[in-house]
Amino acid sequence: MADALLEVNGLRKQFGGVVALSNGRFVLQPGSVHALCGGNGAGKSTFLTIVMGIQDRDGGVIRRNGKEVHFEKPSDALDAGISIIEQELSPVPAMSVAENIYLGREPAGFLGRIDFATMNKNAQALLDELHFDISAKSLMMDLTVAELQLVEIAKALSYDAEVIIMDEPTSALGEAEADQLFAAIERLKAAGKGIIYVSHRLSEIFRIADSYTVFRDGAFVGDGAIADVTRESLIQMIVGRPLTEEFIKENTPTEEVTLKVQDLNTRGWVRDISFEARRGEILAFYGLMGSGRSEVFERLFGMSPNEGGTISLFGQAVDFASPKQAIDGGLAFVTEDRKGTGLVLSGDVRANICLAQLEQLSRGQAMQSRLEADAAQKMIEMFGIKTASDRLEVSGLSGGNQQKVVLGRWFLTNPKVLLLDEPTRGVDVGAKREIYRIMSDFAAAGGTVIMISSETDEVLGMADRVVVLRDGRISGTLDRAQLSAETLVHLAA
Amino acid sequence: MTAQTDKQRDARAMATEFAQKYGILLALVLVCVILTFANEYFLTGRNIINVLRQTAINGILAIGMTFVILTRGIDLSVGSVVALAGVVSASLATTSTTAGIAGAPYPALLALLAGLIVGVAAGWVNGIIVSRYRVPAFVATLGMLSAARGLTLLYAGGKPVPALTDGYRYIGTGDILGVPMPVVIFAAVFFVALWVLSQSRFGRQVYAAGGNPHAARVSGINVNRVKLMVYVISGGLAGLAGMILAARTGSALTQAGIAYELDAIAAVVIGGTSLSGGVGKVTGTLIGALLIAVVNNGLDLMGVESYYQQVIKGGLIVAAVMLDQARHKQS
Repeated sequence: MADALLEVNGLRKQFGGVVALSNGRFVLQPGSVHALCGGNGAGKSTFLTIVMGIQDRDGGVIRRNGKEVHFEKPSDALDAGISIIEQELSPVPAMSVAENIYLGREPAGFLGRIDFATMNKNAQALLDELHFDISAKSLMMDLTVAELQLVEIAKALSYDAEVIIMDEPTSALGEAEADQLFAAIERLKAAGKGIIYVSHRLSEIFRIADSYTVFRDGAFVGDGAIADVTRESLIQMIVGRPLTEEFIKENTPTEEVTLKVQDLNTRGWVRDISFEARRGEILAFYGLMGSGRSEVFERLFGMSPNEGGTISLFGQAVDFASPKQAIDGGLAFVTEDRKGTGLVLSGDVRANICLAQLEQLSRGQAMQSRLEADAAQKMIEMFGIKTASDRLEVSGLSGGNQQKVVLGRWFLTNPKVLLLDEPTRGVDVGAKREIYRIMSDFAAAGGTVIMISSETDEVLGMADRVVVLRDGRISGTLDRAQLSAETLVHLAA
Repeated sequence: MTAQTDKQRDARAMATEFAQKYGILLALVLVCVILTFANEYFLTGRNIINVLRQTAINGILAIGMTFVILTRGIDLSVGSVVALAGVVSASLATTSTTAGIAGAPYPALLALLAGLIVGVAAGWVNGIIVSRYRVPAFVATLGMLSAARGLTLLYAGGKPVPALTDGYRYIGTGDILGVPMPVVIFAAVFFVALWVLSQSRFGRQVYAAGGNPHAARVSGINVNRVKLMVYVISGGLAGLAGMILAARTGSALTQAGIAYELDAIAAVVIGGTSLSGGVGKVTGTLIGALLIAVVNNGLDLMGVESYYQQVIKGGLIVAAVMLDQARHKQS
């Protein structure tokens, strides 16, 4: 067999006394998509940063085409034909797509002037080749999040790398854009490139990957061909124990309507939204990025002005003008972007849990620290949040635990209706399951859950009914009996 | 790895952590120790009182500035508000017939109230422009810096307001059990601010609004109101500082307070409060303000030219932030 594009063995890294990676092992063959799986804290990120030359290793061997290599800085890795599409986007908003793609390596023209014509032409050719419908001359700030992600992908490919690392590339993409990405991946594969694919979404891994490697607790657990593994056994490898069911759904919806929305308009382009949510029910909102799902939630929660339509909660007409009123009315809103709009990252676990209940936890202006500590402790126990102390900054917690802190904040308000916007994005399989358990229990106890999700599996697994949105309008409402992946995708696109 | 090296590593890590956490306090103590040996006059009661008195005005401004910076803002207008509040309140408390307004001198309390209202009003305008009209704080308060200075000159006709009543001057020159009034007021402001930021609901809201305004808003906090309030606090404290300054010198000058905002910001930043919001303590600000005052005092005592003092203060600010950056890089 020819040399592997990339072969890593015994990679080791520790920070202070903490071992982040004890045995990183990975073999990437040409013309293949290789999924790197593992929960949060499994050592995937550490592994990738070392391979990319961002961090130094403490031990182990990296071979590129059979030759041992040592990258001291990211550009060394790029020169060796390894590029990465990072999870966090880093666009320069005021520059064009072409300028972003060729940032720092613009084609030079006369007297060192940037040759814009060539740059735009090359960028457009690249985008066209990938079938991305984006103009190279448009400004980054005019693009949607999904388009930005596609540009980031084009940029990584523009380096002509042989090894392409994709870290959660679809986390901001809708179904249609994800399909474009997968088509591009197929073409790269055909061209003999190797792709390291990192994703928490197992359905994607089974769709596009050829082989897998699993890390757990900073060490290699196993690898093999995707064709030889079942979804269940892969999950078991990732979490290290058998999972009986991926989804947990024990609630039974009633006929009692808790929230009724009629002809709601918002943000100028989301129109005529009508739906009902019932006691004990998990209602899902499905649709592409930018279909208006989050906008509906924001309107319900009093974060955008009333532009027509009626909302009634428990039979009473309501029109919340601020989140405060919505919270007092019994609503809770777990936002999509945990770091951007969910957590105060500089704050500790306690402060974050207590944030929506400051009034209840104070007497006059004086905060009652006893009450705050008790409240935080209660939520930490209730959700099994893994933290050494409630005085630690939340930025140090894993994605799953951070999400549980946000959930804890909202459960403390004792809500009647839970609005969840992509509640399991960026959390590992184990934590996902715990979040499903929380949703199911809440609904079973008589609460109403309304959940936005881009993951078809999650919607099929958890929802009693689904409202599908397309371009700011409802394109269909489906009962659980009518649900199938095909109908969802069909209605959304 | 042997247990021995592990222990050494732990000890070293702890020492670094300690140095970073208490670095500014250590610096303050170190400077004090050096000055105690370098100059026999430094550690005398009189000099200590003197240092505290010199800290008071900047300290009061810096405490207001701490609230503002915690919400990711900045208040460049405090120096001008010092002057404006000074001349307005002084015009009610002067015995001069030309500089005062009709009926002056009024009771000191009334004059002080007027100065406070001026400061609060200036802060309120800043706050409204920043929170409701979304003008960056730097620009909004830069505007106020100019406008309030202009209003000061207009109001006082470009001349100082002299001959303040003894009642009014008490807040600048009086003392309680030998402690000068400016220091007493500064201490009171400090303890109230300490309580508000660490124990009150408003304090929690300030940290949340600065740490992540979006998350704070979703959690039901009226972020705009919190922002408005921090500028009102900063403006009110600037008014208070302006009156103490006028009372101490016996007349309100139209040129009072020029560049005071820079010292206030310096004290906050040296004290470890992050300009990106959500992180910082008023105790840090106190130490920052004391460090600036002690360094100035020490250089004075040693006969160093005041020009050098500015250079040293500049170095201090940058060094403090470098230390802060190192801390963030580690975590």
